[in-house]
Amino acid sequence: MSEPAVQLKDLCKTYRVAERESGMGAALGSLFHRRMQAVQAVDGLTFDLAPGEIVGFLGPNGAGKTTTLKMLSGLLHPSGGAGRVLGFIPWKRERAFLRQITLVMGQRNQLVWDIPAADSFELNRVIYRLPRADYRRTLDELTDLLALGPLLKKPVRNLSLGERMKCEVAAALLHRPRVVFLDEPTIGLDVTMQRRIRAFIAEYNRRSGATVLLTSHYMADVEALCKRVIVIHHGRLLFDGDLSALIQQFTAHKTIVVQLEDCQADLRRYGEVLECEDGRVTLRVPKAETARVTERLLADLPVIDLLVQDPPIEEVIDRVFTQETA
Amino acid sequence: MNLLEELRSLARLYGQQFRTTFATMLQYRASLLIWMIAQVLEPLVYLIVWSTVSNGSGGSVGGYTAQGFAAYYLAFMLVNQVTYTWIMWEYEYRIRQGALSFALLKPVHPIHADISENLSSKLITLPILLVVAFILALIFHPAAALTVWALLAFIPALVLAFLLRFLLEWTLAQAAFWTTRVSATNQVYFLLMLFLAGQIAPLTLFPRWIQIVADILPFRWMLGFPVELVLGRLTQAQALEGLAAQAVWLAVSLVLVRLAWRAGVRVYSAVGA
Repeated sequence: MSEPAVQLKDLCKTYRVAERESGMGAALGSLFHRRMQAVQAVDGLTFDLAPGEIVGFLGPNGAGKTTTLKMLSGLLHPSGGAGRVLGFIPWKRERAFLRQITLVMGQRNQLVWDIPAADSFELNRVIYRLPRADYRRTLDELTDLLALGPLLKKPVRNLSLGERMKCEVAAALLHRPRVVFLDEPTIGLDVTMQRRIRAFIAEYNRRSGATVLLTSHYMADVEALCKRVIVIHHGRLLFDGDLSALIQQFTAHKTIVVQLEDCQADLRRYGEVLECEDGRVTLRVPKAETARVTERLLADLPVIDLLVQDPPIEEVIDRVFTQETA
Repeated sequence: MNLLEELRSLARLYGQQFRTTFATMLQYRASLLIWMIAQVLEPLVYLIVWSTVSNGSGGSVGGYTAQGFAAYYLAFMLVNQVTYTWIMWEYEYRIRQGALSFALLKPVHPIHADISENLSSKLITLPILLVVAFILALIFHPAAALTVWALLAFIPALVLAFLLRFLLEWTLAQAAFWTTRVSATNQVYFLLMLFLAGQIAPLTLFPRWIQIVADILPFRWMLGFPVELVLGRLTQAQALEGLAAQAVWLAVSLVLVRLAWRAGVRVYSAVGA
């Protein structure tokens, strides 16, 4: 068994945030002494990632996901614990380490705004010292997988959000990193583009054998890509295991949305009514009873439309957090 | 990795960065032009003021005639153009926008991108500025005692001035790691430049003690010195002393830039962005 690609042991990060009043005097004063407040962003995380694994890294906003990714990619120095990526200590930012990893931040751009992505790619080629032939091959492959062909020659500012994101992802992978950190790579994208990026990540992982740690608020991303998920909240590990086990364990309910002809019906006897508006009723029912309740609804009531859903990822995570099992 | 391969990689990086910056800059011709007008206007104002003063006080002030001032400020305009940077304005924005995070992820020191960006933007603007300087020369009739040795010594002086100013301003730009109000520190710096680099007036017009201060501090060596040198206002001994002072300050700023960068990254990686 090979060594883990990523290893965390009791990793901690406490931010010391300066509290400062506004004004010139306060600004000058703060050069000399500051009132600091400690914020515990990551609080003793321990997990390993095996080489080639794709793992979903979940948690509500502010859970410490981005902070963890930044530590693992060397941008942040932890305040405690240990971490290794490909055998390197990330925050030493050794060149040999930086050449083998990447961090994609869905909300930030590395591409130069005013010039075509192809030019930024060329810049990365020299920065990472990629032999021309290798670079060419990788670029062709990425162009093919992400359908970048017509986008590469346009100034980045003229691309749509989705097109830009595809180029961002390509730029981050030109040096064929062995470990890929993705921080919400599909944020703000439409469903088609999300699916495209998702399929690409899976394919890149399959072809390159890279280890991928991915955060996303879209359950579909996680479901499509990750067998294993790690859930954190308040910087602490809440769940580490198979996605199916997570869903099984923490979603005891499903929601049923029914559109009725008659708005007046009282559906309380079918399940917990979460919402009721213009004949559109959202019910929460125990998972085991979903089929039976659906059947009864269809038989008893003038149903126009009916939809059975898993609770959204936020809800699952919320459930994990509150440990509300049933 | 051996040194030769390292240098070759850097050369490739600079070459590519040149192309990138070129392409970027050319998209912003209008703002580039406005920036250049500012670069021309400031020395032009000093030139006109001092020429007027000089003419009004019997044709000379502190050893400068109106034509002498014209030569001084035209040379100043060109030296300033070669040596100026905008890094101190940009750094805060860079930290806040997270562009620095991407720079930190790359296996190369970010100062290289800045140097080559600076040089390439100047390759675009310098020819235009030379034309402007030529036209201004036709209007203001500059006069200077040009000598071959001074012109030759001017070349290393200009290169050293560029490096020195670049490294010092890059060092000062790191202040953005500690404070979100860099404009205050920037103002202090520009005030010192204004008086001690020979900007508002040639340094020989100032009292002796200010000249001594200017000799000790780095500002003169970043701007005023090459100007005085090329105009033939220095003796050979003064020129050599100046080059030596530049070299010393360059060594100091190399140390400073390293210290500031390391400390800055430590703060950044403690606080995050």
